[in-house]
Amino acid sequence: MDYYKRKSITENVAFWSFRVLSFLVIGILFSILGFIIYKGSSVISWEFISEMPKDGMTKGGIYPAIIGTLCLIGGSIIVAFPIGVMSAIYINEYTKHGFFRNFIQLMTSNLAGIPSIVFGLFGMSLFVNQLKFGDSILAGSLTLGLLALPIVIRTTEEALKAVDDSFRQASLALGASKLQTIQRVTLPIALPNILTGLILSIGRVSGETAPILFTVAAYFLPKLPTSIFDQVMALPYHLYVISTSGTNINESRAMAFGTAMVLILIVLILNLTASALRRYLSKKNS
Amino acid sequence: MKKLFANLIQGIFLISSTVTTLTVLLIVFFLFSEGLSVFNENPLEGDNILAVNKSNTVSTITAAEIKNIFDRKITHWSELGGKKDSIILFTFNDLSSYFTEDELGKNFELLPHKIDSLISAQPGIIAVFSKKQIAADFKGKFIVIPNVNLSEFIQGKEWFPTALPAVQLGALPLILGTLWVSLIAILIALPIGLATAIYMAEVANSRMRNLLKPVIELLAGIPSVVYGFFGLIIIVPMIQNVFNLPVGETALAGSIVLAIMALPTIITVSEDAIRNTPRAMKEASLALGANRWQTITRVVIPYSISGISAAAILGIGRAIGETMAVLMVTGNAAIIPHTILQPVRTIPATIAAELGEAPNGGIHYKALFALGCILFILTLIINLWVEYISRKHKNR
Repeated sequence: MDYYKRKSITENVAFWSFRVLSFLVIGILFSILGFIIYKGSSVISWEFISEMPKDGMTKGGIYPAIIGTLCLIGGSIIVAFPIGVMSAIYINEYTKHGFFRNFIQLMTSNLAGIPSIVFGLFGMSLFVNQLKFGDSILAGSLTLGLLALPIVIRTTEEALKAVDDSFRQASLALGASKLQTIQRVTLPIALPNILTGLILSIGRVSGETAPILFTVAAYFLPKLPTSIFDQVMALPYHLYVISTSGTNINESRAMAFGTAMVLILIVLILNLTASALRRYLSKKNS
Repeated sequence: MKKLFANLIQGIFLISSTVTTLTVLLIVFFLFSEGLSVFNENPLEGDNILAVNKSNTVSTITAAEIKNIFDRKITHWSELGGKKDSIILFTFNDLSSYFTEDELGKNFELLPHKIDSLISAQPGIIAVFSKKQIAADFKGKFIVIPNVNLSEFIQGKEWFPTALPAVQLGALPLILGTLWVSLIAILIALPIGLATAIYMAEVANSRMRNLLKPVIELLAGIPSVVYGFFGLIIIVPMIQNVFNLPVGETALAGSIVLAIMALPTIITVSEDAIRNTPRAMKEASLALGANRWQTITRVVIPYSISGISAAAILGIGRAIGETMAVLMVTGNAAIIPHTILQPVRTIPATIAAELGEAPNGGIHYKALFALGCILFILTLIINLWVEYISRKHKNR
């Protein structure tokens, strides 16, 4: 076999194996999604999402866990979103390349790299014990908010960077101040991308378990929270407890599939919204 | 007035931008102030005290030795550098075999005296009892147990944080377990991830790319507890059947789940790196007669190797810090792993499983924070390493 033929056979073999491995990645995703949606769809009903758990969490619904997760999403967004967006504006619009900017970016990426269980330890030590918030929505939201902060900052920074400098210069040339430029020009253009980042961080927050284990999550709580100092049930923690601990793991299996499916649906819906937003944006720009 | 307002807003922006730094510092402060305080703690549980006969020449015993004594693995004082007497144990549980109820009195008021005389009578005895039960004219000798220290904490092989009479805080099995599971996970994920990244960046047409991108985003978005659940229901029984094991919760199950979870990180970071290869370099290679495969192996990969290694390191970092999925599928046995088919226990899983039961401010609670410190240091090293690699790359 001559050299050129061998060369092209190697290439073909290599590219085909790459193709197969890529399809494996797609296959993994669809087998996870398919399996959970297949098993979960027979459990999901209006009762399942609107009723309290019954009979040691083997029957009934997951209403309090859904409400709990919504509370935590809301709380952590209130913490992370304003601070994150303002922080990104400052880094991108007010600082020049240099030590301060590098340092803040380094710290942000370090914060993003800290494992979620360490956030849990920190939240328990500072918010639950030191500040005496107890196991509460407040402590959980602060912990989750700080965890989501780097995501909000990074996506907002990307969104601001994507705004063409000529817009800023045009605005400044017309006599607008820096603040007016940010307010009337930069932010409106970057807004869809910022919202995409916000949606992704909601996805992250809604699925996190480790940070809420010791700051807010309750094993079983057949009532809804009335203040930010209450404990709540949460979807991911609920899935964890009914699939691993407790006395009737087998009886609550169906509930576990239902809960997993609700979590997957949340992620799917958020991702679809984000990509729809992105598509809308690119169409508008072109 | 307008100027003042603008300055005020700018000040608020500035303060916001320092929040991440502040959070990192606060995390370091709280983690380490709780974690390091474990080294001021004595491994002896509660207000217990250890005492021996006055004639005994041994004066300090480590926590590990205490465990061996009470597990009957050390049976003679000579093994601890003392006399030849064999060791006789006395704990509160043995109370009824030594004394009748009458001898102790109604409210155990005679107990301190009885313990004292028992210790004086037996040259080989070692007694554990409450500090409240020390007789006024105590004639025995107290044993000193050294506080928990760093080298024992890191090198100790036994993790029994609630053992009696002395807790065993050896984090080595947990550290090795964490590294073991993460390393295997990367060995599984790296070939798949790298192949997908190269395929997406160099081979695939735009339709395949548009299919793969959202797939990877979704993989990254699935919550870790769902991965854990999937692993528990599918992967764990599969491993149990394939390898014919008594339980399927093994290091391998954890590694497979972690590999799936690390894939999005590895693919996105290395695809970025590969895509950054200058077009001119690739075209020069093709113009010289190399085919696409040769261009990829000789030009693209060497050029983007630092980005690819950053992807691998970041993947390891993800795997080391992952909690819930690992907690659900690895079986959580605190033993030093020798094969991938054994149950293991990682640092994050230990914290998640035990912190709920550890009393606030106790030695167990502090030991878990110390584990958190180890985890923090591991991931910090990884982050700084990746940062260093990518900065070096940028400057080139």
